[in-house]
Amino acid sequence: MIIIDTIKMSLKNLRVNKMRSFLTMLGIIIGISSVILITSLVAGAESLIVNQIQGIGTNLIAVLPGASDEDGPPAALYGIVITTLKDSDVEAIKERVPHITAGSSYVTSTEIISSGNQKATVSMFGVDSDYPNISETSVDIGHFLTPEDKGSTARVVVLGSQVAEELFNSQIAVGQKIKIKNDPYSIIGVMKSQGTVGFQNVDNAIFIPITTAQRKVLGINHIGFARFKIDHQDNIPEASIQIEELLRDRHNISNPTEDDFTVNNTENALAILDTVTGALNLFLVAIAGISLIVGGIGIMNIMLAAVTERIREIGLRKAVGATSSNITTQFLIETIIITFVGAIIGMLIGTFIAFLISLGVNALGYDWDFVITPVSIIISSLFAIIVGLSFGVYPAKKAASYDPITALRYE
Amino acid sequence: MTELIKVQDLKKQYENDEIVTKVLHGVSFSIKQGEFVAIMGPSGSGKSTLMHILGFLDQLTTGKYFFKNNDTSNLSDDQMAEYRNFEIGFVFQAFNLLPRTSVFDNVKLPLTYAKNPGDINDKVKKAIEAVDLTHRTNNLSNQLSGGEKQRVAIARALVNDPALIFADEPTGNLDSKTGGQVMRILQNLNKQGKTIILVTHEKYTAEHARRIIKIRDGLIESDFKVTNHIEINDGDELLK
Repeated sequence: MIIIDTIKMSLKNLRVNKMRSFLTMLGIIIGISSVILITSLVAGAESLIVNQIQGIGTNLIAVLPGASDEDGPPAALYGIVITTLKDSDVEAIKERVPHITAGSSYVTSTEIISSGNQKATVSMFGVDSDYPNISETSVDIGHFLTPEDKGSTARVVVLGSQVAEELFNSQIAVGQKIKIKNDPYSIIGVMKSQGTVGFQNVDNAIFIPITTAQRKVLGINHIGFARFKIDHQDNIPEASIQIEELLRDRHNISNPTEDDFTVNNTENALAILDTVTGALNLFLVAIAGISLIVGGIGIMNIMLAAVTERIREIGLRKAVGATSSNITTQFLIETIIITFVGAIIGMLIGTFIAFLISLGVNALGYDWDFVITPVSIIISSLFAIIVGLSFGVYPAKKAASYDPITALRYE
Repeated sequence: MTELIKVQDLKKQYENDEIVTKVLHGVSFSIKQGEFVAIMGPSGSGKSTLMHILGFLDQLTTGKYFFKNNDTSNLSDDQMAEYRNFEIGFVFQAFNLLPRTSVFDNVKLPLTYAKNPGDINDKVKKAIEAVDLTHRTNNLSNQLSGGEKQRVAIARALVNDPALIFADEPTGNLDSKTGGQVMRILQNLNKQGKTIILVTHEKYTAEHARRIIKIRDGLIESDFKVTNHIEINDGDELLK
């Protein structure tokens, strides 16, 4: 009875003093909305990265040239050119390591291509015929590069969907020619649209045989990196070891610390990502927690002012039979309701902003999931109640401490 | 008539740091059920302190206080709250209504703290009816005139059907016409059997009661029946 009446009355007080209630709750609103927003953004960013990594393909092993430093990623990632990895290594791995269903060497560069007067700047990929299988994509029109194209260093090219659209509008590009560094290449296929994969827009790319890219475009005989598709996730560790052993054998390396290559797989990358986002979440939630405590202090301040303002009401309530614990309960419930309503508003605002951000990122062409984790909702609600309880106790005890005569006479 | 209140050699003193202020020096009297008594005295006489003790808002220092033949001289805070809720109704000079709260919710307030409130709706409606404010039931307290506010306060004092109603200068903030209306309601309640204690410093107001206990300097100066008490009837010129 008392509790229901108190809740009704607190809600009424909130309505009557709208501006004041809002300002009282502001700290909590900001705190809770940041918790919701931050956890949602971290989850969204994680989904973006996971989607990008998984977009490259699943069950993949990547081999990069250069040793893997314990303290950081392989040197190749910093743009340092290491020439130790060759296409022949890749061919040997494909031939000798079981569980591998597809594999390709990669060289990449940025090239300006032209068709008639039309020019375009594109990413050029020198790859094997296995590329569509590894990247889980396929050609839309025509066919992809063949092993024969690689063997004959043929001047043939497969266009990304966006390149085909830009250079040839809606006309059929297959059968026509484009120029790369002034040499003509026959278009044999156009890829399906795939969007951004591994943070790279593969629709704005062209694909030529790895050998052609090495000898006729770039003038090199090493490769950038290689990717292998494994038949089953469980076989990835075994295949990784076999690739390492084979490469050591081929490169005459006896001590693993002297490796001139790095074998990596997507699972490793995702595990690292998990650790990073976990730490990030904890750190950001701690900051939001501090803002909630600051908000709680603000609420305590206002409640103390409210107690002084309502001393006569306290006196009256005691005169008509309220005990001290009735008064304590009343003010405590009021504080909890303020924090709780603040928390709900904060959750709505945080969710709304997170939703807007996900819309924006998706509009930019990235695969960003809108995620509100139940954990963040539960943590926020609990925190709001704990803040309400702990910062409401002092004002409530103070309210209950007035004796009815003094309170009734208070001017 | 049975005895409602009996005080014996009641003394009250306040101790603040090392300063002792003696307010009541030993008063003894009794009030029977159904009486309408005015406790009268100038400010500083101790009449308010006496009302606070009789109304379970304050505790006596020495002496005895019997309420309905029970010794209530040494009650705990919670027991006093229960007595205030169940046995006493207060009407204050300053009305003390909850601001921006409906007449209904103001009158309901004592039932909120009652252990067995019973049919709350029915009790509140009857109390509002008793002060002729049914048409104002859903109005907010700040939309009422002074007289109406005091009638709401009386309804609030009545709602729990207490044994005793204290009216502390109930007409102090009202003009003579609305003050008259309030006194008439109190007299009507008394006629229906309610025991009423009126606390005032005005002789005129006190003369609406049937008995006057005069307090001066913490002692009873006189205690007498009012032979020609002022009776306000429903059709009186004063009320028009």
